[in-house]
Formats: sequence, C-alpha cells, structure tokens
Amino acid sequence: MKQKNHTVIELIVNNHPGVMSHITGLFSRRGYNLEGILCGAIGQGATSVMFLLVRKNEQYQQVLLQLNKLNDVIELKEREDYDHTVFNRIGDLF
Amino acid sequence: MKYSGAEIIVHLLEKKGIDTIAGIPGSANLPLYRALHDSKIKHVLARHEQGAGFIAQGMARSTGKAAVCFATSGPGATNLLTAIADAKLDSVPVVAFTGQVATSLIGTDAFQEIDTYGLTIPITKHNFLVRSAAELLDVIPEAFRIAETGRPGPVVIDVPKDVQQQVCEFGQWPGFHEPTKPQVIEKQLIDKIAQAIHYAVKPVIMFGAGIIESGSCQLLRLLAEKNNIPLTSTMRGLGAISPEHPLYVGMIGMHGTKYANRITEEADLILALGLRFDDRATGKVSEFCRNAQIIHVDIDKAEINKIKPAFMSVNADLHDFLSLLIPSVDKKERREWLDECYETKDALPYVVAPLNGDVFHPLRIIDEVAASIPADSIITTDVGQHQMWVAMKYPITSPRTFLTSGGLGTMGFGVPTAIGAALANPGKKVVAFSGDGSFMMNMQELATIADEKPNMAILLFNNGTLGLVRQQQELFFDKKYIGSKFKSTPDFAGIAKCFGLKSIDLEKVSDPLGALHEALQLNEPVFINVPVNADENVFPMVPPGAANKVMID
Ligand SMILES: Cc1ncc(C[n+]2csc(CCOP(=O)(O)OP(=O)(O)O)c2C)c(N)n1
Repeated sequence: MKQKNHTVIELIVNNHPGVMSHITGLFSRRGYNLEGILCGAIGQGATSVMFLLVRKNEQYQQVLLQLNKLNDVIELKEREDYDHTVFNRIGDLF
Repeated sequence: MKYSGAEIIVHLLEKKGIDTIAGIPGSANLPLYRALHDSKIKHVLARHEQGAGFIAQGMARSTGKAAVCFATSGPGATNLLTAIADAKLDSVPVVAFTGQVATSLIGTDAFQEIDTYGLTIPITKHNFLVRSAAELLDVIPEAFRIAETGRPGPVVIDVPKDVQQQVCEFGQWPGFHEPTKPQVIEKQLIDKIAQAIHYAVKPVIMFGAGIIESGSCQLLRLLAEKNNIPLTSTMRGLGAISPEHPLYVGMIGMHGTKYANRITEEADLILALGLRFDDRATGKVSEFCRNAQIIHVDIDKAEINKIKPAFMSVNADLHDFLSLLIPSVDKKERREWLDECYETKDALPYVVAPLNGDVFHPLRIIDEVAASIPADSIITTDVGQHQMWVAMKYPITSPRTFLTSGGLGTMGFGVPTAIGAALANPGKKVVAFSGDGSFMMNMQELATIADEKPNMAILLFNNGTLGLVRQQQELFFDKKYIGSKFKSTPDFAGIAKCFGLKSIDLEKVSDPLGALHEALQLNEPVFINVPVNADENVFPMVPPGAANKVMID
C-alpha cells in the first residue's frame, strides 16, 4: 500500500564498501527517519543506485541538503512517482 | 615511473606545498615514515596523536591552508579522533593520514586493527580507505580539494601497510585541483537584499568565521560603513573587524557583550554572514530575534533554514556575495538607529578588570599581555573561563589570529594548536592562554615545544579548579560542588622547567607584571603560571537554555 507522506529519494552513489555506512550513518546521527532502503550496483559497477524511503516531514529538506553534501553522492532525485510496491514486496522474501 | 604507495604520498604532499607534518610513527605507517625520511618535509614528533592533530590544526587555522598529520593504526588513529572531530565542527582543513593493517588482515581483528574508516565517517568531511597504491594518485588531490573547497573540513585517508609498500607504475603525476567555486548569484536576489537593507530601520550584521574563511574582512567593513550598519561577531568571527571600529558592538551570545545581545534583539533585519546559528551564539533559538527578518548567506546550503528560517538566503561564497552587494547598497546615515545603539552601549558598560584590585585578575592580565606583544600576534585558548575572558577582552585585530575551539569546545586544544601556529608563522608571537584543567589534557606537548623551540608563551590561568564547571555548579546546581576542585595541584612552572623550558611563576616574584612583560619579550618558548582566584566568575552570561536577553552578572 502506498503510504501517505512518504516519498523516495533516488541516489546515484560511488560503489564501494563504505558508501552504505555514509548514507545510513547520516540518517542515524542526525536523527532522521529512514523507512526503507534498496540498493544495487549499476552499469559497470563503479556506481550504485539507492532508493531511500523516507517520510516527508519537517526534516525532509535538511535530509536532501545533507545527502547532497556527501562526497559519494553523485546525483540525487526526488521520486514522487515511485513504485511503492517494491518496498512492500520485501515481505515476500520472508 | 615506478613508486611505492608511501613514496607517492610523500611526493604528492611535497607537490602540494606541505612543508611540515606532525605525527607519531608506529608499525602500520613505518613505510610512510621511510619515504618521509628522504623528503625535505619537516617532521614534528608530537607526544600524543591528539597533539599532532592539533598542531596540524594550528597550521591550518592560522594560514587557511590544509595541513597534514600522521598517525599509525589502532590506538594512533583513535588518539587522533578528538582533534579530527574538533576540525569538523569548526570547519578546519586538516588531512590526516592513518596507517592501517595490511589489506589481507582487515577484518580479522589483527594487532592494532581498528575500523578507522567507520570511526571517522561522522567526524570528517569525507574519508577514504585506500585499496591500492594507484588509487592514491586520485585520492590525494581529491582529499585536498574536498578539505579546502567550499566549507572546509577534515579528511582522513586510511592507508593499509601493504598499500604503502605496493609499487605502482604510472605515466605522470596528477595535478592538484584548484578549489572549485560555487554557484553564480542572481542579480535580482542581490537587488532584493539591497532593498530589504534600504527599508530596514534597525539592521544588524551578524558575522561568523565564514567572513574570515572567504577572505572578506575588508568587504564586510565596506558594507557596514556604506550603509552604517552595526556589526556583531560570533566567537569564531573574532578578528574579522577591529574591536575599535565604531560600528562594531562586540561578540554576541552566551558570553557576548550585553549591548551586542540587546542591540541584536532590537533589530528588524539580521544580515547573517558565514555563520550557522550555534546555540551558544543565539541563546534559546525560539526567542532569538523574533522581530527580525533574517537574510542568511552561507557557503553551505545545508546551514540555511537548519536552525533559523531565513526570510531570504544566498548559498554562495561571501566574497562573491559582498562584491556584488556593496555597489547595490545605498549610502545611509541611520542617525537614529546608531544613536540608539550608542545609548545602549553606554548604558551597559563592558567588563573591565577591577581597578585597584587583584593584579592577577584574568581581565587585568589579558590587558597586560595585549599591551606587551605585537597586535598581530596569534592567540590560542583552551576551554573554560579563561577562554571566555580572552574572547571577551583580548583585542583581536586581524583575521586568523584568534584560534579557539568553538564547536567542540575541546580542552587540550590550546597548547598544541599554538605550536602549529608558531611553526607556520615563524615571524609572529604566539600566546596560548590555558587553564590548569585544560593544560593537563595535552601537557605532554611541552616536550614537543622543547624540541622545536617555537616562539610561543603559555599563560596558565591557574585557579586549582575546573573553573567553568565550578561556576555552573555555583550558579545553576545549588552550589553543590563535585568534581570541579582539584585535590592536589602540581607546581606547573616546575614541570615546565623540567621539560627544559624557561618558566616563571608570577606568584613567586616581587614584580609580577614586570616579570610578565619581560617573559613575553623573549623570542623563545616560555611558560608563565598566573595564580587566579578560584571564586572568580565570568560575567555577564546567558544561562544555558535561556534567551540572549536574559543576561546575568
Ligand atoms: C575534553 C573536555 N572535557 C570536559 C570538558 C567540560 N569542561 C568545559 S570547561 C571545563 C573546565 C576547564 O577548566 P580549566 O581548563 O582549568 O579552565 P578554567 O575554566 O578554570 O579557566 C570542563 C571540564 C570539555 N570542554 N572538554
């Protein structure tokens, strides 16, 4: 089910073992909510795409700005049009 | 060409113009030290990695250029963390190279293995774990670019021992990138801001370290003078304008001047330049300047609207911004507003040392030091009451001459930072104001001072207590003192002497002020113990959590 007030941030990031820590660490240390995360290498494997499911609350603009500051974030897009079912289907894996 | 990873690092540091590196060797960075041995770069052996980190900070803060420190893996890296975190919060460009266990051992809990990369993510602007010698050719120029571009900050480069030893064949040395300049500023926005300034009745310029970082001190003064706008500084902005300037109303915030806090509260327009609305500057944020529109200009976009919503904002280099704004702003007299400011200033006199009282009163000693050394001397502080007294009273007249730990408030900052500042500015006098609590957090660096003989003086405000803590317990914790008074107090002047430094104890001489002046004229390291009354409090102050208008004294 598409949840109200949620949106997806799409990131293109450098693909190396530390990048996930950079992204998730930002959320934990700044007290932002992160509801879901999907990630995979793209192209030749030098970059990855990440989909972050976040709540659109008063922190949202700060989240975008802080993510943009990370050196490993190459591109950031707000994806209002996201296909929420991908996050729901995670349940199928159990 | 064929070079090892360690040789690549050292060569690129030379190419970058690094002439001094502070650090401590250990197993995991010995290949790097082997390469450093053959270099013209001077190595300063600190006695604790935190000291090395702060020596690098002293070089970086006083010059504005990135400085470098070295530490080994494990405990070397963990010892460095405080200095790195301090650099992050005050946006200081430090590039730290840490040794790491060999790649094949990573993840095995090998001897002196620690996850330096993981530990430094939250306290650096960026960090790298280098996986091959070839990568260094990209990583090192990139690390300096990141450290020095936009809002500066620390970068950690973790280099496994085998990567330092690995030989790499490559065609040519990489170049260093010029720090990239950000976005263009729309002329329309400049016009709107100029208009807002024109229509404001009570504008105030509040500036922070961004003015100094961007080299905009002159422009700041020109803007203020053209439109007659009073100026107030955050603690880290001190030095951007002469404290004698008629439009300057002093430092804002918890230990700012009463009139700066009052005048800022009165404002209908705040031009916030290169600052981040730290709570020590704003007091209770929801109460801060409730009647003012805020125009916020900062190079870090994420600072805009983070704490205080801005009425208008510009994400830009301040030098670019001010160069465009000044011609667009009209000349104004602002007689009424300035008269009101001067009245406020006269009605709320500034802190002065008690006149015929204690010769050792910190404010008195600060005045004496200022009168005794050149105006462009570099002042460092530790953290505590002495830091607040110096920030309040010392006439800091030029940029990059007041080095203090603002964001992290790190005790132990003052002495090693002074060493770095002295090494990077051989023509200048450096004075570190310290407290007995803070001094003991890095006093092993007296040995580094004995080695390097920088032209610096340490002034120890010795009150036998953790003074600022004692003050808070007195004022806000029912005078229930715990953990704030030292049961034993060492003979600090004696200790400094045993390290091989000249030292004097002002308590033990017949003419303390004469002895102080004499000691400050020496062109070599000297340690000066100043006995300070333990009951002295720093006033005025805004109680923690209160609004800036509630200043007590
Ligand atoms: C590393 C560190 N530990 C603890 C503190 C908390 N703290 C802030 S001021 C202070 C007392 C400082 O005492 P001293 O250096 O003697 O300076 P004084 O206030 O007496 O001038 C303490 C413990 C701190 N800022 N930094």
